[in-house]
Amino acid sequence: MPINYYIFLALALFCIGVAGVLTRRNAIIIFMCVELMLNAVNLLLVAFSKMHQHALAVTNPQAGIDGQLFVFFIMVVAAAEVSVGLAIIVMMYRNTHSTDVNFLNRLKH
Amino acid sequence: MGITQILFWGLSILALLGAILVVISKNPVHSVLWLIVVFMAISGHYILLNAQFLAIVNLIVYAGAIMVLFLFVFMLMNLNADTEPQKNKWLKIAGVVAGGSLLLVLVAALKHADMKNQLAVMNKGEIGLIHNLGLVLFQDYVVPFEITSVLFLSAMVGVVVIGKKD
Repeated sequence: MPINYYIFLALALFCIGVAGVLTRRNAIIIFMCVELMLNAVNLLLVAFSKMHQHALAVTNPQAGIDGQLFVFFIMVVAAAEVSVGLAIIVMMYRNTHSTDVNFLNRLKH
Repeated sequence: MGITQILFWGLSILALLGAILVVISKNPVHSVLWLIVVFMAISGHYILLNAQFLAIVNLIVYAGAIMVLFLFVFMLMNLNADTEPQKNKWLKIAGVVAGGSLLLVLVAALKHADMKNQLAVMNKGEIGLIHNLGLVLFQDYVVPFEITSVLFLSAMVGVVVIGKKD
């Protein structure tokens, strides 16, 4: 597959995630849209790693392997991030009995 | 058109459809289930690219652990379509227009890039297999790998501190 198709697929997924973050007000859905954006980037990293491997296969058989390890580390960081983020949302729900992000502007006062 | 192409287009359409349904579903539980569909489709893409380790890790960590966490929180809070906060119609339109404009700008910028000969090779290549990834991970990336465990420990402590009733 030409790399263009992967770039446009990942761009479309990323922009759907951006639109979701901007249109929804439920904090958990916003969080899920952030996960969607992370996954679009992961997909593009893997596609680029395979492209890199194809281009450099003659000189370096291990070319492109770093990209896949970055994806692995992104997943690890995302797992830690999700656990902390959901804990914050649960705490917010306990205080306001809602997951509406507009309640968060109380932080101003 | 070979089987690989058919699978590529099918998985792409499934991923985009699932992503759109994540955003427009009124019921948050349906959003979580559609997000699992998106993750399955992306795992299918990883398998097509012969990145089998990442495909399995994506299924286990994202579709398994993280989505169960989301579902668990939804059920803990008893959220459904009735309690879904509604946003102003104009703000929704503005958000969709902003996302669409971002897509338009990025596609316009990359449309004429000269990448016709760059192929993401499918169904071959050894770098995605667990043997090669493991060798590189435990030779060149040992320090980041160990720091990751500290990150998880701090995340665990942070969650306990935040979630504690005071």
